[in-house]
Amino acid sequence: MSRLLVCPPDYFRIDYEINPWMCRSNVVDSERAVQQWHQLMQVLEQDVGVALERMQPVKGLPDLVFTANAGVVVECKAVTSRFRHPERQREEAHFEAWFRAHGYEVITLDEGLYFEGAGDLLGFSDVWFGGYKQRSEIRVFSRLSELFGREIIPVELVDSRFYHLDTCFCPLSGGELLYFPPAFDRYGQAAIAERVSSECRLIVPEAEALKFACNAVCVGKHVVLPAGCPETMKMLDARGYRSHPVPLEEFMKSGGSAKCLTLALD
Amino acid sequence: MTHDQETVRISGHIIDSLLLAKVLDIILMMGGTFDLEDVVIGKTREEPSHARIIIRATSSALLDDILKAIQPHGASVERESDCRTDAAPADGVFPDNFYATTHLPTHVRLDGHWVEVDRIEMDLGIVIDERSSTARAVPMGGVRRGDRIVVGRDGVRVTPLPRPRERDVFGFMESQVSAERPHAHVIVDIAARMRQLRDWHRQGQAESKVLLAGGPAIVHAGGREALAWLIEQGFIHVLFSGNALAAHDMEADLYGTSLGYGLSAGRAVPRGHEHHLRTINRIRAIGSIAAAVESGVIKQGIMAACVRHRVEVVMAGTIRDDGPLPGVITDSVAAQAAMRAAIPGVGLALLVASTLHAVATGNLLPATIPTVCVDVNPAVPTKLADRGSFQAVGLVMDAASFLRDVARELGWKS
Repeated sequence: MSRLLVCPPDYFRIDYEINPWMCRSNVVDSERAVQQWHQLMQVLEQDVGVALERMQPVKGLPDLVFTANAGVVVECKAVTSRFRHPERQREEAHFEAWFRAHGYEVITLDEGLYFEGAGDLLGFSDVWFGGYKQRSEIRVFSRLSELFGREIIPVELVDSRFYHLDTCFCPLSGGELLYFPPAFDRYGQAAIAERVSSECRLIVPEAEALKFACNAVCVGKHVVLPAGCPETMKMLDARGYRSHPVPLEEFMKSGGSAKCLTLALD
Repeated sequence: MTHDQETVRISGHIIDSLLLAKVLDIILMMGGTFDLEDVVIGKTREEPSHARIIIRATSSALLDDILKAIQPHGASVERESDCRTDAAPADGVFPDNFYATTHLPTHVRLDGHWVEVDRIEMDLGIVIDERSSTARAVPMGGVRRGDRIVVGRDGVRVTPLPRPRERDVFGFMESQVSAERPHAHVIVDIAARMRQLRDWHRQGQAESKVLLAGGPAIVHAGGREALAWLIEQGFIHVLFSGNALAAHDMEADLYGTSLGYGLSAGRAVPRGHEHHLRTINRIRAIGSIAAAVESGVIKQGIMAACVRHRVEVVMAGTIRDDGPLPGVITDSVAAQAAMRAAIPGVGLALLVASTLHAVATGNLLPATIPTVCVDVNPAVPTKLADRGSFQAVGLVMDAASFLRDVARELGWKS
């Protein structure tokens, strides 16, 4: 059974602005955020059938809820993140403590080598892709490739609205890719096209990309994605996936959705 | 003109991600150039690839901009080291693993600073003066025991020639040599350069001298008057030759023959073969070519013009020489040193009708000096052009025709 790390949104709010989605005047409705988060958890546990590991929220760390950025986990190894923005650097110690407490071999990167976890590193069984320039640094992928003995293709993220790879790129379990090509430059688009055949590339329309349709959680044939993305759901249905839309507008105020709220542990 | 340059490394999955292509495109789009070195492609998909890129830009500001633009894509500046030196173990002996120069502009890194190597020419070593932090190219025979000689390749930079700004025949750096190519436009360009260099030379500007290295075919073929005129008009400032060019030039003045052939009659004259020996003997008796000209024994011709117009002449002897004439340097190492000493200040070299002197002079010239090699034998200009990005123009033509055409272009009325 798949396991995901999550963190309840007890302290989730907009305290700072570090991406184009965040606006301090756009106040989070906390009650609604909690309700949306619980609905997401319910879908994941009951409809998709994953096990959830809940970590303790920390007051003053509003983005700890986005556990995708805790690091990246491969079997029993966890490489913890090095956040680019000081506002999120305070989360590093909490994620690291959780990994240690749960028996993972923790690998920390050199200070100043920015890496924002599974938010910027996603892959298929044969090849991984790393998003760089907005948050993670390209140099980290050579290090991770060496560490895990895997091929990692770095792709530049060129649109600040899609600041993590998982906001515009979602590999699916059957080898298909849900993605929004304009978030990449022509080199990145060509590199992706080289590795994912045209019939496997599912291009999300811009209106749905801006609703973070690509910030989806795929477990087996289940795809959990933000509500309001009918075209994407149609594409998924046509490929035999079962879509689970969940309203997550409160988290979009912070530039995050379903995938950002989870971290795959196995 | 030298370029600012920096070496960067990029590694990882740089091929399939098109990162290497992207970095190279950025360099070019921003106006820089690059040399790709040491590209190692991973043997499996998992194995990373590596590349070393030498980036050049026309200014340090542009180079900085390029480095800033490519750094986020993983290209990091290679840590550079100073050049390494070893002491020369004996006079005339380089240490093992000495750095052998090219004829291209070269810099060495001393205490973190890049210093240009002075008097660069090919196939030499580099001696460092640690007190003055200077570097100079040095021939093997010129090294002294204990001199600090650069070894290995660390901290040494060689800069390919930038394309010259002039849009004449030199600007295209054509290295092909063909007897079938029309010569007229090349000669017009050479003459224009010579006119400009004469102006600069009269104004006392640097690197404005014209060097001519020539063989006796200039005299045999009938180029003597044209060359003498060019010297008299101030178009030639340095002459390299052997014994024969001077001997036949003065033979022509004394006997009207060149190696016994009547220059105007066009046939062998009785006992003409003795003429050059009698000429050499006469000059030896007088003591020097200069004295022969000044005393009025030698009245006209190439050597007379050189003496009267204070052209610097270096005559290098060979084992087949008769005499030789006074002033011919018979020690070839000393002759090489004398030629080398005459190179600074040269802005154009004409290598005419002498395989020996053309190749010897070509070896001494830095690649930055535009060079014209004229010979009826295509092998000579080809040999010089093959030396790399040399600004060499090869002309397969007769020496006299070349000199006459150039002189006519510059106003000679034959």
